Amino acid sequence: MSYITINNVWKEYGDQVVLERINNTVEEGEFITIVGASGCGKTTFLKMLLGTEAPTRGLITVAGEALRYEPDSERGIVFQRYSVFPHMTVLQNVVAAKEFEKSKLLARLFGTAKQQATEEAMAMIKAVGLSHAVDKYPHELSGGMQQRLAIAQALIKKPRILLLDEPFGALDPGIRADMHLLVQDLWRRYKLTIFMITHDLKEGFYLGTRLWVFDKDRLDPQAPGAFGARITYDVPAGEVDPNAGNIIEEDVQATAAALKQSNSDQSQPELDGATP
Amino acid sequence: MKKLINQHPTKPFRWLLGVIPFLILLLFYVGASNARLAENPNDKLLPAFSSFTDAMQRMAFEPSKRSGEYVFWQDTASSLERLGIGVGISALIALTIGVMNGVIPFVRANLSPLVTAISLVPPMAILPVLFIVFGLGELSKIVLIAIGITPFLIRDMQQRALEIPAEQIIKAQTLGANTWQIIVRVVLPQVMPRLIASVRLSLGSAWLFLIAAEAIAATDGLGYRIFLVRRYLSMDVILPYVLWITLLAFAIDYLLRVLSKRLYPWFHSQTPEGA
Repeated sequence: MSYITINNVWKEYGDQVVLERINNTVEEGEFITIVGASGCGKTTFLKMLLGTEAPTRGLITVAGEALRYEPDSERGIVFQRYSVFPHMTVLQNVVAAKEFEKSKLLARLFGTAKQQATEEAMAMIKAVGLSHAVDKYPHELSGGMQQRLAIAQALIKKPRILLLDEPFGALDPGIRADMHLLVQDLWRRYKLTIFMITHDLKEGFYLGTRLWVFDKDRLDPQAPGAFGARITYDVPAGEVDPNAGNIIEEDVQATAAALKQSNSDQSQPELDGATP
Repeated sequence: MKKLINQHPTKPFRWLLGVIPFLILLLFYVGASNARLAENPNDKLLPAFSSFTDAMQRMAFEPSKRSGEYVFWQDTASSLERLGIGVGISALIALTIGVMNGVIPFVRANLSPLVTAISLVPPMAILPVLFIVFGLGELSKIVLIAIGITPFLIRDMQQRALEIPAEQIIKAQTLGANTWQIIVRVVLPQVMPRLIASVRLSLGSAWLFLIAAEAIAATDGLGYRIFLVRRYLSMDVILPYVLWITLLAFAIDYLLRVLSKRLYPWFHSQTPEGA
């Protein structure tokens, strides 16, 4: 039995079909990168894994149990932005998870409990390379450092699944390379199962163990919402030959162009708006 | 030559430009006052500065012949007490209801329409009702301030709580936080500096309601005094009182701003100046 099974999952908003007939299985410890044109349901899919959206049809199970459609500490998340608390320092941001766990009423720890939580948090902060900035507030950190903090925060709960929604989309290329190393390192060290959305195909090709392409294999230019996206490519990453890469790139670009075209033709609400 | 929108005065020049209107106003007053007093030395409308100091000397530094109190300080203390209690209670109610409204959809559905409706009632129109229900004592004045500014504060707090990015609330849940923990650790601390900011904005109305209530029914207070001495055309008391109220309002505003910057440095470095 696979760790995660996705069984005939659909997602529709009214008559707009975002995802259709998604069937797949994922083993524990896989690192799946997800690419696709905007409006092809990548984020919607991640939200279903996270639990903030429920599938319209179908079922997702994790370790044999149906997924709870509410975010919980089983699944960590790092968004592109806003995933750290601006009113807490780096250390407080990471310790907060421990305080939520152990102090139900005040959500604050004192004395030895606090010290213990701080030590654990410091170790995690060190693992993401933020030891020099423990007392800084997020606004004093660069974009890359904020994302490191968000990762540290997510990992201290030791989630088995880590979801990354374009975590490096807003970063400079040089910093992005550093972050890739960090994520790969943490993934091995904590034996995580990672789902990562990226809009950078090259990132998708080499970062994970498996690459999923979300694409609309049927597209009606008059009604872009009539058919949903599916996983059109499911290939082991790292072994993608450049040719296959080009084909995927062309496919995704074609869909993106077609979606853009039909959206502007009919001045319909942006698909992006429907699937934020 | 740069375009006008790109020209900035240097610091001393900016300061000077800011002071000039005040000086003009002052000069204008002195000129008009002198002209009237030259015609009629007993004129009460635009008293000379010496009359102000005399009046203030009498009000602030000599015990009243009738009650033995230092009237000016007694008035100040009474007014500030009413203002403080009224605004404090309003802020507390606003924080509680506003945050609950912002965070919990069921509470919002339940209370938000009521708050909106109450906020549309003109507070001065129900002042007689307050006097009838709460009597002419301190309570009705405090209630007027509270009714006047609480709905605005609640709506603002609700809006601020709703503006906290959904990502943060989701993140907190993935870190294992329950609803209560999200309120006390994620929402409340982020809403606090915004509460101070909206209290600063509502202080103007709070003073308005305070002075209105004091003018109608009180035995002391800054507003009471102004309306009392109006009968004798005592501009020599009224104008210094108005100046003093302005000064107090400025001081309170300044203190709140400093307090907020001290307590919530993370907030002030991510919002533009003065927020």
